[in-house]
Amino acid sequence: MSAPRPYTRPIDPQWWARPPYLAYTVREAAGAAIALYALILLWGVIALARGAAAYEAWLGFLRSPLSLLLHVILLAAMLLHVWTWFRIMPKTMPRLVIGGQYVPQARITAGGLAVAAAGFIVVLLLALWVRP
Amino acid sequence: MPLDESREPQGELPKEIILNVLRYRPGADEKPVPQSYRVPFTADMSVLQALQYVKDHVDGSLTFRWSCRMAICGSCGMMINGEPRLACMTFLREFPEGTVEVEALRNFPIERDLVVTVADFVRKIASIYPYLIPKTPRSLAEGEYLQTPAELARYEPFSDCINCMLCYAACPQFAENPDFIGPGAMALLQRYNGDSRDGGSARRMELVHGENGAWSCTAVGYCSEVCPKAVDPANAVNQNKTRSALDFFLRWLPGGSR
Repeated sequence: MSAPRPYTRPIDPQWWARPPYLAYTVREAAGAAIALYALILLWGVIALARGAAAYEAWLGFLRSPLSLLLHVILLAAMLLHVWTWFRIMPKTMPRLVIGGQYVPQARITAGGLAVAAAGFIVVLLLALWVRP
Repeated sequence: MPLDESREPQGELPKEIILNVLRYRPGADEKPVPQSYRVPFTADMSVLQALQYVKDHVDGSLTFRWSCRMAICGSCGMMINGEPRLACMTFLREFPEGTVEVEALRNFPIERDLVVTVADFVRKIASIYPYLIPKTPRSLAEGEYLQTPAELARYEPFSDCINCMLCYAACPQFAENPDFIGPGAMALLQRYNGDSRDGGSARRMELVHGENGAWSCTAVGYCSEVCPKAVDPANAVNQNKTRSALDFFLRWLPGGSR
């Protein structure tokens, strides 16, 4: 009997760019978009500390067409991130048992999304309220 | 994977199906080579039955594992049209286009044809202390260890694993790092760590904390999608990240675990 020679197949280097893994890649990329948005806000805070001229320059950037286009993309990425984040959330928790009953993951996701939607509405109302 | 209505046939079925099998015969083949077989089929035939037809009537050298034919032994996992699935649980009527691509389970070395090496997986299963380690010893006279239905609900699905390794074939992180303990073994680990009667959690957490433990996972989640028994291994792995992070910070407190 000849010795067994198991054959190891090569890994597809582009696995992350193909289904079913593409959705995962997009989800992770959306996280990077959120980080970019945080940097833009941080830039605003720093500009505010450095004086009126710096702050006006930052506002000027926000009003530019390039910035508007960027913000539309960032908003889409944010919505995707919220959706996928709450879908993965029940996976990161121990199985929830309340009153002796297992709470289905879909209900935890729905609860998270409801809280996020309420947060969006509160922030939107606050923004409208403080608008000059 | 629950029965998927969208996979049910539309319109008239072909009388014959082409089974494209990726074959590998050590000693004869330098690398795996595709081979086509024509198989007559009926609407109730599984991919496993098609393979058995080939072995019985066309080519006796075709090699594959199988046993129970009813999705409980976990032997017949393979890539079917690129998805990790059980051959006994996948029906030919799902493929009205008339061809099925069959390949050995991805991310594992091929021994021959559709048979992969399982030694590494078996070693991982053995490494997680896959048995109850009682919290408090009890004599027989004291009776059995009791558990409420709520305590059972906390781990029950993790005990449904049939060791078919489909989740490993679904995991791109296991592909990159074969030492990653992986979704299946982690589900079994959680089956015991989540059991109210068990006291061996600290020992098992040593495996979770390590580089090849829960932190090799990036929450792709495909492992849970392909699981034929709805074990949800992604939940087992990812709740252990939370647990591991907690242990990391708790060790500075008096009486902290780890």
